[in-house]
Amino acid sequence: MLTILFDGVAYGMLLFILACGLSITLGLMNFVNLAHGAFAMAGGYVTVILMNRYGISFYWCLPAAFLVTALVGAILEVTLYRRLYRASHLDQVLFSIGLVFMAIAAADYFMGGQQQLINLPAELRGRLDLFGIGIGRSRLFVILICAVLVVALQLALTRTRFGSQLRAAVDDGRVARGLGINVSTIFVLTFALGSGLAGLGGALGADMLGLDPNFPLKFLIYFMIVVTVGGTSSITGPFIAALLLGIADVAGKYYLPQAGAFIIYAVMILVLILRPNGLFSREGRR
Amino acid sequence: MTHHTQASEFLNARHRWRLWEIALWLLAVAAIFILPSQLLILTEIAILALFAVSLDLILGYAGIVSLGHTAFFGLGAYAAGILARDYVSEPVTGLVFAGLISGLFGLATSFLVLRGSDLTRLMTTFGVAMLLAELGNQATWLTGGADGLSGISMSPILGLFEFDLYGRNGYIYCLAVLIVLTFVARRIVNSPFGLSLMAIKRNPRRAAMLGISPKRRIVAIYSVSAAYAGMAGALLAQTTNFVSPDVLAFHRSADVLLVLVIGGAGYLYGGIFGAIIFTLLRDWLSVATPQYWMFWIGLILVAIVMIGRERLTGWPLLLAARLRGKPAEDAR
Amino acid sequence: MMALETRNLVKRFGGFTATHDVSLSIRKGARHALIGPNGAGKTTLINLFTGVFAPTSGQILLGGEDITTLPAHARVARGLSRTFQINQLFGDLTPLESMMLAIGERKGHGRRFWRTLAADRDVAEEALATLERFRLAHVMAVSTNLLPYGKQRLLEIALAIAAKPKVLLLDEPAAGVPEEEREEVLAIVRSLPEDVTVVLIEHDMDLVFSFADRISVLAAGALFAEGTVEEIARDPQVKAIYLGEDA
Repeated sequence: MLTILFDGVAYGMLLFILACGLSITLGLMNFVNLAHGAFAMAGGYVTVILMNRYGISFYWCLPAAFLVTALVGAILEVTLYRRLYRASHLDQVLFSIGLVFMAIAAADYFMGGQQQLINLPAELRGRLDLFGIGIGRSRLFVILICAVLVVALQLALTRTRFGSQLRAAVDDGRVARGLGINVSTIFVLTFALGSGLAGLGGALGADMLGLDPNFPLKFLIYFMIVVTVGGTSSITGPFIAALLLGIADVAGKYYLPQAGAFIIYAVMILVLILRPNGLFSREGRR
Repeated sequence: MTHHTQASEFLNARHRWRLWEIALWLLAVAAIFILPSQLLILTEIAILALFAVSLDLILGYAGIVSLGHTAFFGLGAYAAGILARDYVSEPVTGLVFAGLISGLFGLATSFLVLRGSDLTRLMTTFGVAMLLAELGNQATWLTGGADGLSGISMSPILGLFEFDLYGRNGYIYCLAVLIVLTFVARRIVNSPFGLSLMAIKRNPRRAAMLGISPKRRIVAIYSVSAAYAGMAGALLAQTTNFVSPDVLAFHRSADVLLVLVIGGAGYLYGGIFGAIIFTLLRDWLSVATPQYWMFWIGLILVAIVMIGRERLTGWPLLLAARLRGKPAEDAR
Repeated sequence: MMALETRNLVKRFGGFTATHDVSLSIRKGARHALIGPNGAGKTTLINLFTGVFAPTSGQILLGGEDITTLPAHARVARGLSRTFQINQLFGDLTPLESMMLAIGERKGHGRRFWRTLAADRDVAEEALATLERFRLAHVMAVSTNLLPYGKQRLLEIALAIAAKPKVLLLDEPAAGVPEEEREEVLAIVRSLPEDVTVVLIEHDMDLVFSFADRISVLAAGALFAEGTVEEIARDPQVKAIYLGEDA
């Protein structure tokens, strides 16, 4: 029982790291980026390649996954995404679906369609017995890393100059521009950060979530749930939503395996009916 | 020219059959004799075209974006498949039944697209489709689960025309359904009701201020569109004697969006032209690189958006403008 | 007989009170002007009348019937019609189509899905007559968004009038209309039947004084003064609001 809760928390925190970049792009740029999962997948594959082909330690792969995907994100932002901020949502959806399809086919071409396995370092394997609760070491590691990241993100958003500029740009891009804030630099940095976090999440989760070319589509719904249920006005909303989703999903799979993902979808639709702007959005109904 | 004649000419031109429309349908009929070896792919095109026309009714006319339109297509396919397997194997009955089931499901879920922004609509339609896919996957006793629904054998159409091995009668059947339903859709979009949809898409606030209740109109067209998609799904089940769980997969919703975007939304024939181009393209590309067709779809989508849908699909817009009786320079 | 009434109408947006306890009575057939400095809440009031916003508290009555909770389209069906400060038209639809839509909806033809638009002869006739009256007939088949601004403005007003309203709300109708077409617009509004109530929001005082028979002055969301044209023109406090100095 507590083990399930623990696994759920680990899963939820991972989902948050994976999805928070999406929440930022949606809130800041009003961009529906369905290709977000492709960045996470890229991070996963970076880890797999570095570990399995070059024998680099798992711990070094994490920052590498972050950096590589952040760089890819930055390049795509400057070359493609930037032009579509003012496009219709339909155009954004078509564009990002296109990217997802290309990413899936590319992953299939270069890496093959099979599940990728990574060998976690010995100290992350197996279970730890804490007060009679079986705790997976790798999950504990995920929780620790994610917790550090969440705190760092929260601090970065509330305490730093970049954070306050970012929040200003989210609230009102025009006003922020008027105040001399370089909005397009903020956008590219934020996009890179969001992609990088997704990549890191993909690397961290390669073991827990599995990794194959269909990753971006398989987890798209989870990311979208986190964002739509959590709202885009803060990172607290998506965080709570991710935790709840993680716990509910793990518990659901354990106790009601035949219901599958059914409950999750139903809950999402219900939330969207009742609170179109997200469960935790500050403004609530407009 | 008096204003009177100008007005009636404009109004008549709105719904007059164009030369290219007639030519298109004549060609489609002539294909039965000209391309007897290609009837299977033509059948596929006809089914995809009907599916895309159904999406055009909500996206092109009422402005509702959907990421889960295949929910209705898949539901119709399963409805027709199960009816044929267990109860009645006559195709037209199954077609009507599938249309009814999907239409009712559209009616029941239409309230989900009434509220909120494009994003909420994308999410709810996507969610509904995922929900159905999950349901289809789980309810093995009814749908065959992951193995798909098999054991269908259709009896002759209306008890008269047997499905033959070459797909000849299958194509004629699908084409007939497509023609009839396109004709019906054409009446709908050229009616005062259709005009009110176009107004709602362009400016819902003003439309309400002219006394239009946008909600009721959207519920109506959403249900009709769902029924159309359901019938397209039924055609697939009946001509292939099989329903794969793939009918509810996400990529189908994406494919039909792409089809409509290639052909251009908002003038009804975009879905038909799009289906022709899409299917031929897929055939050609999958011969060249069988596994990586998905990559090319993706590239096409990205390219279309980056180049600009309007610029790229200028030609159907021009046709559309002519269809509505305006001089070509007003097309934009 | 009151055409339009509000009782203690309040609208708050978060902490901001846009409409502050407004009780207004506009009698049938009035030519009533709403004036006030920018940000006084004039357009908010129109939006409350027409159901764009729901009021925080208070009541709105149309011809004695409480319409506070009715949706926008139901109010239109009861004879309330408006124009927008910024044109709200239908993009690439033509003036003829827009006009037929407005008239068709008034007649309840919007649910007809099997007849062509051309078959709606009486609607087409009336649409054409209205377009001719507004000198829009020669551009009836051109996309609205290609028309010059003045013509679009005329269409905006023509659509509201085509609804044959009992109460017509005009939100700065003359704004952006070129000088030469301005008189046309006003002449048409003046020629509306006597029993149609017209509520006008306008900044141009000459226009207000020449058109209105009664004037309500709004300031900071509240009703500040009300009276005949002469009373308001003489009121030193009203002048003070407009000139921004102490009375």
